[in-house]
Amino acid sequence: MTDTSNARDWAGQPPYLAPDYKSTLLRSPSKPPIKLPQTISEITGPVYGHESVTGNDADLTLNGRRNGEPLGERIIVTGRVLGDDGTPLPNTLLEIWQANACGRYVHKADQHDAPLDPNFLGGGRCVTDANGVYRFMTVKPGAYPWGNHINAWRPQHIHFSLFGPSFVTRLVTQMYFPGDPLLPLDPIFLATPAATRSLLIAEFSLDATESGYALGYKFDIVLRGRNATPMEA
Amino acid sequence: MNLRQTPSQTVGPYFAYGLSPEQYGYDFGSITGGDMAPPEVEGQRIRVEGRVFDGAGAVVPDALIEIWQADAEGRYAHPADPRGSNATFKGFGRFGTGTDRQSRFIFDTIKPGSVDAGQAPHLNVILTMRGMLLHAFTRIYFADEAANAMDKVLNVVPAERRHTLIAQPVGGNVYRFDIHMQGVDETVFFDV
Ligand SMILES: [Fe+3]
Repeated sequence: MTDTSNARDWAGQPPYLAPDYKSTLLRSPSKPPIKLPQTISEITGPVYGHESVTGNDADLTLNGRRNGEPLGERIIVTGRVLGDDGTPLPNTLLEIWQANACGRYVHKADQHDAPLDPNFLGGGRCVTDANGVYRFMTVKPGAYPWGNHINAWRPQHIHFSLFGPSFVTRLVTQMYFPGDPLLPLDPIFLATPAATRSLLIAEFSLDATESGYALGYKFDIVLRGRNATPMEA
Repeated sequence: MNLRQTPSQTVGPYFAYGLSPEQYGYDFGSITGGDMAPPEVEGQRIRVEGRVFDGAGAVVPDALIEIWQADAEGRYAHPADPRGSNATFKGFGRFGTGTDRQSRFIFDTIKPGSVDAGQAPHLNVILTMRGMLLHAFTRIYFADEAANAMDKVLNVVPAERRHTLIAQPVGGNVYRFDIHMQGVDETVFFDV
């Protein structure tokens, strides 16, 4: 058996069932998950390092260009990826996707009546350096309406996906912007326990800002820590 | 130092061009897809396919299924596996249910070997979708493996729910594995 030093912090995570977010009603497991000791299957995980990133993958203002610059406010999003013991996690893949400056996704299912930007795809990828630092260049995504309730709007956000060192450290989350008036109205953000909600909000940073070019935001991401010893076979 | 883990948020409905762009036809490379085993990978070719059903029995057309598995000899391509990694098989696949007319996920892969003496061959699964604030972990076992009887994980699952973790052969090299979020056949999910 193993210790639980890298267990999911359930108390800091949103629940499966959050009735104000209507789609959770039919898509949440009704039974509690069954606790398992970690085996070799859980302490290993997909390995995607620098070889999985090419060219302009981390620059969303470049990687979707067809005939000009994407519209919108250029921003830099940077930060560190850490284990919950505070160790920086180098060589960790981050995948992001977002709406364009008008709040429209390229995705075919997005029917929001806001302009598509021919020069913006909204997908990006990068890998953390030796100090666990990542950096994306992009444009600030717009807010967009959704069908959860009358007059529902998602706050501006960027979707993040990370693996971390093993199968169980996987994280899919969203980064929000400071001072967004839609945050206190958003059932997805509000489903997160009050104690950890602020961890989802980036911080404006003059240090990360590139003079005359793009505003900087800092967003650190904390994953479950490195693994305990696996259960004996 | 003990830091609080960043909370999970839903993958939402628009993950396709970020996480599985090639499968959905977007002009951006994918790190992986449903085709996990290039020709040079050794092992028994199998296809694992299935659908995700919500609590009303409706098929979910915007789920994302990820698979992490060992190679045919039961080795993971990861430094924590002491037996050494298999250079030609990464063991990771990803498939969104939005491109198939029946909203299936489809993985073409190889059948994994047993990873240790206490476990039958299995695929490790991460499931997420719009409406899930937190992804769920489950496993796919194979109905034709005698080792299932002594598998340590299957044996902690109540006997009447164990069938939800077992893919059934449906002819050829195909195994069928459906996921039910709720109801009498609710899939077993794990806290790992
Ligand atoms: Fe979104």
